[in-house]
Amino acid sequence: MFDTAGVKPLIEVKGLKMYFPITAGVFRSHVGDVKAVDDVSFTIFEGETLGLVGESGCGKSTCGRAILRLYEPTAGSVVIDGQDVLGADQGLLRRMRPKMQMVFQDPQASLNPRMTVAAIIGEPLDEHTTLSKAEKLARIYELMDQVGLNRDFANRYPHEFSGGQRQRIGIARALALNPKFIVCDEPIAALDVSIQAQVVNLLEELQDRLGLTYLFISHDLSMVRHIADRVAVMYLGQIIELSPRDAIYAEPLHPYTQALLSAVPEPDPEAEKTRRRIILTGDVPSPANPPKGCNFCTRCPKVMDICRVEEPRLTEIRPGRFVSCHLYDETAGATAAPGATPSNNNTAIQQGE
Amino acid sequence: MTDTSSTAVKIRPPRSQWWDVWDQFKTHKGALIGLTIFVIILAAIFIGPLIWDMAPTYVDLRARNKGFSLAHPFGTDQLGRDILARMLAGGKVSIAVGLTAMGLSIVLGTFIGVLAGYFKRLEGPLMRLTDLFLALPLLPLLLLMVTLFRDPLSKSFGPEGGIFLLIVTAIGATSWMQTARIVRGEVLAIKEREFVLAARSIGTPAHRMVMRHVLPNVLSPIMVSATLGIASAIITESALSFLGLGFPPDFPTWGRLLFDAVDQMQLYPARVILPGLAISLTVLSVNYIGDGLRDALDPRIRGR
Repeated sequence: MFDTAGVKPLIEVKGLKMYFPITAGVFRSHVGDVKAVDDVSFTIFEGETLGLVGESGCGKSTCGRAILRLYEPTAGSVVIDGQDVLGADQGLLRRMRPKMQMVFQDPQASLNPRMTVAAIIGEPLDEHTTLSKAEKLARIYELMDQVGLNRDFANRYPHEFSGGQRQRIGIARALALNPKFIVCDEPIAALDVSIQAQVVNLLEELQDRLGLTYLFISHDLSMVRHIADRVAVMYLGQIIELSPRDAIYAEPLHPYTQALLSAVPEPDPEAEKTRRRIILTGDVPSPANPPKGCNFCTRCPKVMDICRVEEPRLTEIRPGRFVSCHLYDETAGATAAPGATPSNNNTAIQQGE
Repeated sequence: MTDTSSTAVKIRPPRSQWWDVWDQFKTHKGALIGLTIFVIILAAIFIGPLIWDMAPTYVDLRARNKGFSLAHPFGTDQLGRDILARMLAGGKVSIAVGLTAMGLSIVLGTFIGVLAGYFKRLEGPLMRLTDLFLALPLLPLLLLMVTLFRDPLSKSFGPEGGIFLLIVTAIGATSWMQTARIVRGEVLAIKEREFVLAARSIGTPAHRMVMRHVLPNVLSPIMVSATLGIASAIITESALSFLGLGFPPDFPTWGRLLFDAVDQMQLYPARVILPGLAISLTVLSVNYIGDGLRDALDPRIRGR
């Protein structure tokens, strides 16, 4: 749907790993890791929205936070606009912060209850600019106009607002420094449906106006279909499918994606009658102890013997469509070697649709 | 749109938070009464001696153990010293000791609590230090401090100044542990809130993170322990004076007056009641002020 030939990648994530250590015993010895994000690689192009979906606990939010280095990732590299985020020291990282911002899931918790709206939106300006008081106030008012907040609210406190308004404050704060890239960490999950549409439309409008790039983390598949250009599906810390939006919704390739999409209700009653749900059995395995071979092999309806032995790689089986599944090994065999590394795939991603 | 609306509705520029705090403080009746009483006590202590200019240490042996009279409105003690003058002079010392020692212990406790809560690496050593101080036997420690430092301090700061410094430091240094523990716990909880993560994503450095996001949110427990701290500092000072470790015997403080009068409590109850009342009133009014201030500083309670 968009031509990626002339668009340069803004964010390149390679082999990102975020392990949380498990310690036990009197001496806090290291007995294992929770592999929240396990070897994730993707690219986001400028002006694009990448939707990141998956069930709760699969590592979506951790992935988003690790990209902005709110956690210290275990391994991997993140390059935003040509600058390495993970290798930067604290001073350089601080200077890079204006470029990348975040909108948080819970608008109540992400605003300091003791600060006024003006102080909250003005905080990034205090930190990174040397504007005078009047200029700062003018910028705050401009931002409030941009996200559709009444200027008179500047003196109020977060508890005096509704959820949607609070999320607008959070968005205004993220926009204050003219970022290029915003991680939206389930920005609509805590809002009711009518407000969800408002906030998503606001995000889209701002993207058109300001040329923003989003990583849109969500578990709401229909909302992702609405806003995202490409969709990455995560399961147990790994990306199992990465495809352009229309392709993935029309024809999901990975059995997990198929199951996930079959759970989305159809608004059309005729189509709903024929909708066949794929019901997965069992629970998600613990990320501290993922199964051998494919992560999904314990629940996959199309499981084969090889799945329990060998871990599949994320390979491009059709132009722009990446799947990590042994089902497509034969078709993929011609185009990609079985041992293809994720970095090889990354260069291939840039070919786009 | 902005043109018409900005002329029609006058937009208030962000005004200082402290006006909102004062507006809310005014609605708290107990706090207002407490503030009034505290101001009256302060005024009496600082302006009173100018009006009632009898020396608190003047001994008039012919006027011993007198009751209330025009010459001695609060009576005289067993040495014929005027109790009103002694109470005014004693109040100055007691309140100064209470406020300073409380300030010291709050600053110390908050500092250690915030460091221990915010920086994971410091938590172990600092909290063990706190435990160590909690385990110290207080009175022997104070006794040691007084015997060691009384003379050098008296030499360099004068007898009263030296003792004042010593007592304030002694009380401050032995009462910060509760505050440190409470603050650490609160900081640990605040640190995990999303707005701190949001500030990190903005690039706020640690010291401003503490000042802007953490401290304002742990203000309530600090305020509570501060108001309680004044009371316990005044009482500890009295106990020290009673044990002969505090100010010299002829130097009046509220605690001293109280303990001097205890011997003859049954004969002259007023001499116990008056300084006791002064201590209680001060402590109570400070508690109410702290209560009102805590409410006023919380924007969620404000305006309700």
